[in-house]
Amino acid sequence: MYTQPIHLDGAEFLTEKTKGLAEPAAPGSLGVNAERSSKSNRAVTDSVPYFQDWREAAHQVKRYAIANLDKLLVEFERNISARGAVVLWAKDAAEANEHVLRIAREHNVKSVVKAKSMVTEEMELNRVLETAGIRAVETDLGEYIVQLAGQRPVHIVTPAIHMSAADVGRLFAEKLGEPMTEEHTKLADIARRHLREEYLQADMGVSGCNFAVARTGTAVVIENEGNAGLSTATPPVHVAVVGIEKMLPRLEDLPLFLNLLPRSGTGQKLTSYTHLIHGPAPGRKLYVIIIDNGRSNVLCDPAARAALYCIRCGACINNCPVYRHVGGWAYGWVYPGPIGSILTPHLLGMKQAGELPFASSLCGACSEVCPVKIDIPHQLVHLRHRAVNEPSPMRSWTERLTWSVWAWMMAGPMRYRLTMTGLRIGVRLSRFLPWHPGKLGAWTRGRELPEVPGPDFRHWWKRNKNKYEP
Amino acid sequence: MNQSAISVAPRQDDPPYRPGEPAALFIPCYIDQFYPSIARATARLLKRYGVPVVYPTAQTCCGQPAFNSGYWEESRRVIRHFCDVFEPHRWIVCPSGSCTAMCRVFFEQADPDPRIVGIGRRVFELTEFLHDILGVTDTGATFPHKATLHIGCHGRRELGMAGPPQKLFESVRGMTYCPLPDMEECCGFGGTFSVKMPGTSLAMGETKVQNIVRSGADVVVSNDVSCLMHIGGILRRKPETKHIRTMHIAEVLVAGWEERE
Ligand code: SF4
Repeated sequence: MYTQPIHLDGAEFLTEKTKGLAEPAAPGSLGVNAERSSKSNRAVTDSVPYFQDWREAAHQVKRYAIANLDKLLVEFERNISARGAVVLWAKDAAEANEHVLRIAREHNVKSVVKAKSMVTEEMELNRVLETAGIRAVETDLGEYIVQLAGQRPVHIVTPAIHMSAADVGRLFAEKLGEPMTEEHTKLADIARRHLREEYLQADMGVSGCNFAVARTGTAVVIENEGNAGLSTATPPVHVAVVGIEKMLPRLEDLPLFLNLLPRSGTGQKLTSYTHLIHGPAPGRKLYVIIIDNGRSNVLCDPAARAALYCIRCGACINNCPVYRHVGGWAYGWVYPGPIGSILTPHLLGMKQAGELPFASSLCGACSEVCPVKIDIPHQLVHLRHRAVNEPSPMRSWTERLTWSVWAWMMAGPMRYRLTMTGLRIGVRLSRFLPWHPGKLGAWTRGRELPEVPGPDFRHWWKRNKNKYEP
Repeated sequence: MNQSAISVAPRQDDPPYRPGEPAALFIPCYIDQFYPSIARATARLLKRYGVPVVYPTAQTCCGQPAFNSGYWEESRRVIRHFCDVFEPHRWIVCPSGSCTAMCRVFFEQADPDPRIVGIGRRVFELTEFLHDILGVTDTGATFPHKATLHIGCHGRRELGMAGPPQKLFESVRGMTYCPLPDMEECCGFGGTFSVKMPGTSLAMGETKVQNIVRSGADVVVSNDVSCLMHIGGILRRKPETKHIRTMHIAEVLVAGWEERE
């Protein structure tokens, strides 16, 4: 089914460990952990009496921001560069990587510490730096774990949600030569000890940015472990990569989002640290790379524009029953779960990611929890419509033909009855078939077909309607 | 409950229902063919509350299968037929949350023609019509079984109407209500999703079945028989769950009436 998995270069594990979206290949712990955090985060958001009003307000702020990106981006650039930051623009991942490499060369960078950032995953920055002979170390605990394991994050907020404490203990024992332990505090201590050295040695820190405030020219980074603070402030050079959709108009809009994002993401009232970066610290350098990388494709599709409101909280992912069963890698790229299914087709193109919008039962659990009220299921069907009409793995002439015939049969009562008579006979006969082909086989693989009852409702109605009609 | 729905689908409930106004039945194709007893129960329920029932026999389907698969052009053709058939009717009642959501929410996305959108908004799910429009809170049904309720996701989230089926279900006499753990979670049917991504769909269904077993119920009731077709198919496949029956809520709400009618 999943004919064209989207490969990140150099990540062979994707093909090995994933059977695609059609088969549940996620390790059990992933589903359990995602469900648990979804439930506890839900309890936190439900306990806020005005949470629904906050969501609506956040939706409106983002709507305004995305509709006015042209002005806000320039305003942000003007204000942050006035305080000494160097702002660079990047059309795509390749251009952003060039910027980073050039900065690294200029400052003679040998090693880089990275704060958690999904946009640098889009750029595959770690691999790019490595190829250029620069050592890059992830400093967020979850990211550090998946990097050590040679994997990619399975989740945008909790990258190692698929691993148990025992898995991490074994990994640390194997890769770092530490004594085996399953205790959370001891594991965190080990990571801290190893990472401390990295901060002190690093020549450059790279981070993403959660929000960029236009009027004040502020890059906002929020985190829990203190690693982002150390990564952005310890090395002499800080590079912040900012997706164009991160804009907020005013600083007054920020508190709303600082309330929403942690509650929806991890069930916290506030993250442990909130960094408001207005420019470089004295004697240091700050570069801000503003990157598009396919985001303006979303702007070009008005029915999909709300996908840019996303604040990457991961609530939709945790609450998604499909994600819980297939895991993060099955989505083939950086963004898993419902947000991946509505974003990746724009960012990578339908040709590569056209199948993602079909990986959903359209249950709507995602949009129910989305703190910025993105109408995810409606976007999914919209993208399905595009996928079957544009070059994509889902465009198929046989399917088109099937649905055209179906539409013809359903557009008149006589044709309908003829079709249904055929269907009833088919379902009856299928019991005697030794094997079931195609879609029928997919159904009966784990399910019985419905029993075919006596005459249909139409027949009954003909005989009984005088009892009911006016 | 409605709060967290993205947007509660606008429904045409103004001006309110006047006694004596007829309701047109929209019986989705799979109910017509495979579960006609649900359609009969729907007609009986409406009649009991004095609503004259008409059944436009030219009706076929709401277009949902093609729409959800991305084939909107094909779907539109079926939607137009639907609207031609139901145009003369003010109140349209359907015993499926999913098909109702197609009419009320997704017609607009598939075909923004105001005529189409307007007709879609006149479609009501059965329990919603009984509870919200007619004001029924108890149908007087008796159903001496251990039963649990699953509310289809389209009804719950697209229409924002988990209340009516829940309240009517709880009013049934003689029944032991066995609450379903993780009730809000999708059963994994999802229309063509069930055959496009069968492994994932089945895994979700198995989770639902485990929860049904945990609830201790002998009967699973839902306002969406498409979910039940999938859940029941899984239940009947295994000897240990074979005894658990599936029933539509309309059938439960008329249970035990014979004696008094
Ligand atoms: S789509 Fe909504 S719920 Fe999902 S990550 Fe983005 S903001 Fe969070």
